[in-house]
Amino acid sequence: MVSSVINVDDLSASYQKNKVLNDVSFEVKEGTITAIVGPNGAGKSTLIKTMLGLHPKLTGNVSFWDSPFKTAKKKIGYVPQRGSVDWDFPTDALDVVTMGLYGKIGWFRIPSKKDKEKAMNALKKMGMESYAHRQISQLSGGQQQRVFLARALAQDAELYFMDEPLAGVDASTEKAIMTILKELKSNGKTVLVVHHDLQTVPEYFDHVLFLNKKVYAHGETEEVFTKDNIATTYGGDMQWVGKGDQYVIQSTSH
Amino acid sequence: MLSNLLHINTVWVMASTMILGIAAGGIGCLAYWKRQNLMSDALSHAALPGVVVAFLIIQEKNLLLLVIGAALSALLGAFFIQWFTSASRITEDTAMGMTLSVFYGVGVMLLAIANRSPGGNQSGLNNFIYGQAAAMVRSDVITMVVLAAIVIFIIFIAFKEWKLFLFDPDFAKGIGLSIRGMNVLYTIVLVTTIVIGIQAVGVILMAAMLIIPSVSARYWTHSFKMMILLSSVIGGISGAFGTWVSSTGSGLPTGPFIVLTSAAIFAISLFFGKEHGIVIRYIQFKMQQRSSQLDQQVMTGRGGRSQ
Repeated sequence: MVSSVINVDDLSASYQKNKVLNDVSFEVKEGTITAIVGPNGAGKSTLIKTMLGLHPKLTGNVSFWDSPFKTAKKKIGYVPQRGSVDWDFPTDALDVVTMGLYGKIGWFRIPSKKDKEKAMNALKKMGMESYAHRQISQLSGGQQQRVFLARALAQDAELYFMDEPLAGVDASTEKAIMTILKELKSNGKTVLVVHHDLQTVPEYFDHVLFLNKKVYAHGETEEVFTKDNIATTYGGDMQWVGKGDQYVIQSTSH
Repeated sequence: MLSNLLHINTVWVMASTMILGIAAGGIGCLAYWKRQNLMSDALSHAALPGVVVAFLIIQEKNLLLLVIGAALSALLGAFFIQWFTSASRITEDTAMGMTLSVFYGVGVMLLAIANRSPGGNQSGLNNFIYGQAAAMVRSDVITMVVLAAIVIFIIFIAFKEWKLFLFDPDFAKGIGLSIRGMNVLYTIVLVTTIVIGIQAVGVILMAAMLIIPSVSARYWTHSFKMMILLSSVIGGISGAFGTWVSSTGSGLPTGPFIVLTSAAIFAISLFFGKEHGIVIRYIQFKMQQRSSQLDQQVMTGRGGRSQ
């Protein structure tokens, strides 16, 4: 019996007047990789942010290992969208990765040599050790994403939330990231990923959550990743185009 | 004898504007990366009515009490900006522009009233507009130095926290740093720095002490720590040097000379700065151009001029 790591119960959230999440409920089991998919504006990022207390919730309850976020946060790692920070900020890759250790280092303490080594190891895992002292503004988009992943690895969490880690990265970075995700899974960690590329879902993820303001389907990829579920989640203005094994969604109206 | 006394006083005043410059340079870096340069300008203008109201109530020029009045009215200004921005369709820069001018207008009006009150025109309240460091007495200097030292201490003790807070607040919150707490602390140190500086530099030019050193430092380094240190050094030098120049003539205001000093440092940084300075960039471009021309000549085996 695999225990559930996340319990989301009737979660709702809004941005100003617009309700972006409506009675979202689901459970996530330990050691799974779940893709959260849905059209733009479906509330995917908002779901993650609301679960992590970064966005206020209207109703509902979220618990991790049957306890609230506050007590569980040390075991949770978060990879925000790459565009959410200012990459002009004067710092280098190693320094950003070290930020993942700040919670463990303790406030008002200076990172030790050991902490820097840990950060370096995380960078190595992402194949970025030669860029450790490179200015983050001089990294490519894919490299910046790897730095963010390395920072999450340095956190050494049990549960990871990643917001579009594969958006706008090149093929080798995508491969590197997916290798790490699989490694995390084989180490018994749980990962939730906001994902936008439907074609790669069956290959990369063992669970899928279809989200468009509410949950349309959730479960093992083999069972729920169907044409019907995709069509209902993506709504009426989307046309389903099956090209052999590939899943392609095209919008009929722009 | 008298010149000697003046001299000692000048040294004292220079030391206090230097430490003010150090604090302002450091906090200016935080404001720079919080993208709130205009905010410091709005807050310093918003401090003026508080100074005058505090004077009208206590009827004497006690810097600590005037500074508290200034802080209260600056915070009120900050609250208005926040409130207008979140509760209405007014954008933040509009809210800042309005708050700045309305508070300053009220301040100048109250100043006219205070100057008419008995003893008012001798109070030196006008110094709060353009700044007059020489008008500070020993107790003013001590008040300023102590508060500035606290600000500097807060910037450096929480160095790694500031970095995380400014670079990635969402992530910071995720690992347990209180963003609300950091915002409160930031506002407190910002307002403290502004209000202790307004007597020496004046409400109009105070913001320049925060903004100019940090942008100058940006041209020399790619490390956040170095940027804060450099900005503090530039602020300190500008503070001391500007004060010294203004003390050479009688009645010269301090603020403009401090600002001009830091502006001169900025000009040097803009042209010769190691990181993206205009001259350096031009030289780097020319060198690259030459080396790629050489490469081309080697590749094609021709000695001709390219382009």
